[in-house]
Amino acid sequence: MIIGILGLQGDVAEHITYLCLQGIVARVIKKPHELEGIEGLIIPGGESTTISKLLVSSGLLQPIKALIDEGLPVWGTCAGVILLSQEGLLESAPVKATRNAYGAQIHSFIGHGKIAGKITPMVFIRAPKIEWLSPDVEVLSTLDGNIVAARHKNILLTAFHPELTKDCTILDIFLEMIAAQKSKSKSSQIQNTRLQANAL
Amino acid sequence: MSDKDRRVLNRGLAQMLKGGVIMDVTTPEHAKIAEEAGAVAVMALEKIPADIRASGGVARMSDPAMIKAIKKAVSIPVMAKVRIGHFVEAQILEALEIDYIDESEVLTPADEENHIDKHLFKIPFVCGCRDLGEALRRIGEGASMIRTKGEAGTGNVVEAVRHMRAVISQISRLASMKDDEVYAFAKELRAPLDLVFETKKLGRLPVVNFAAGGIATPADAALMMQLGADGVFVGSGIFKSQDPKARARAIVEATTHFNDPKIIAKVSEGLGDAMKGVDIATMPKEQLISTRGW
Repeated sequence: MIIGILGLQGDVAEHITYLCLQGIVARVIKKPHELEGIEGLIIPGGESTTISKLLVSSGLLQPIKALIDEGLPVWGTCAGVILLSQEGLLESAPVKATRNAYGAQIHSFIGHGKIAGKITPMVFIRAPKIEWLSPDVEVLSTLDGNIVAARHKNILLTAFHPELTKDCTILDIFLEMIAAQKSKSKSSQIQNTRLQANAL
Repeated sequence: MSDKDRRVLNRGLAQMLKGGVIMDVTTPEHAKIAEEAGAVAVMALEKIPADIRASGGVARMSDPAMIKAIKKAVSIPVMAKVRIGHFVEAQILEALEIDYIDESEVLTPADEENHIDKHLFKIPFVCGCRDLGEALRRIGEGASMIRTKGEAGTGNVVEAVRHMRAVISQISRLASMKDDEVYAFAKELRAPLDLVFETKKLGRLPVVNFAAGGIATPADAALMMQLGADGVFVGSGIFKSQDPKARARAIVEATTHFNDPKIIAKVSEGLGDAMKGVDIATMPKEQLISTRGW
């Protein structure tokens, strides 16, 4: 399995190391042809204004949007949340998020919230807040009343940085999403073959 | 919050800036141009280094009103400079809730023996270095990010290359050493032993390392990235050029696609004149900025 990491700007290397430690192969994505064959995509932390501009100039914006529409599991951390939100460039999840919602760096913090029943360290660096979400979005975690992790279909959002910790709770959720998508496409493949066989 | 948590957060912010360009700006308008061009952060200062050189005199921290105006103008992180050793200027920047403090040789040093004890602050510091020893001394004092110094305000990349090569080659020497050789090497570097061992283990600096000082073209930025920089600072190179908007944009593209000569060639087209620049070899020694700090 290969997971792509959008490599235009941000903590790309940290995500690679995070995946490597779990024995997962990561591929840095800077160009459209590099998207071929990936089974999941991570949008890393970074500056969303910078990544937005580079998404357009690199020609990656439309191909990534198309893959998301086809069901490719995508995980956005921090800046990735902004890009995947309704008003972000990828506009893939029905949520509204505010950039840098906690203020300047002095207000960055590490909290401990519950995900899937497990207490998890959460690193917030000039983090965004998910301010609104459509009722069909699943809230995975809240911290002090703020939604900090959510899922909608094939989109996973975390306002914090699991890749700066050794905790794999969120990664496991993402890997489950990839496995589910794989079996889904496999069963639709089998169905297609059956339909073809029946037609014959 | 524990010191360890602070360290994760402050080193972490620099990690989020990786692969990006940090631009010197002197007005809210310039800050907006920088953000619009794709800068990952701006450095708010009263005069860009080329003008500091030209005007002479003592260069100090900028007017807080001007720093506040720039902070208001953009959504990306804002950095600002203090004089080496001037911890009260740093206290002021912390009170202003600036995102990153640059304890910078570009300003006139306030202390010729001691740098700021950066452990005493909640907000992060970036410091300059010319080699591995200087980088690790600054990290030992609490710097969360390093930049190689280069020679600011010259538009000449030669010193930036020298300093980056020094850091990278010293790290590769260290990485191939036996443990019992590290003690003498740490002494030679005049660097804290624990940080020398940490660097050996990581095979890189324990914090993010950007290149700075003299970067004026997209090719310069890509050169520094290929040499091993995590990102670049561009000071005078943008707003001293003929077309700052286009040049800023092109340097952002070249920093991301630093390994793709075709893209660098494309973005380098028709940018107008770069800043004029100076030949550092012909400069009197007392005009060198990078030798400030120790």
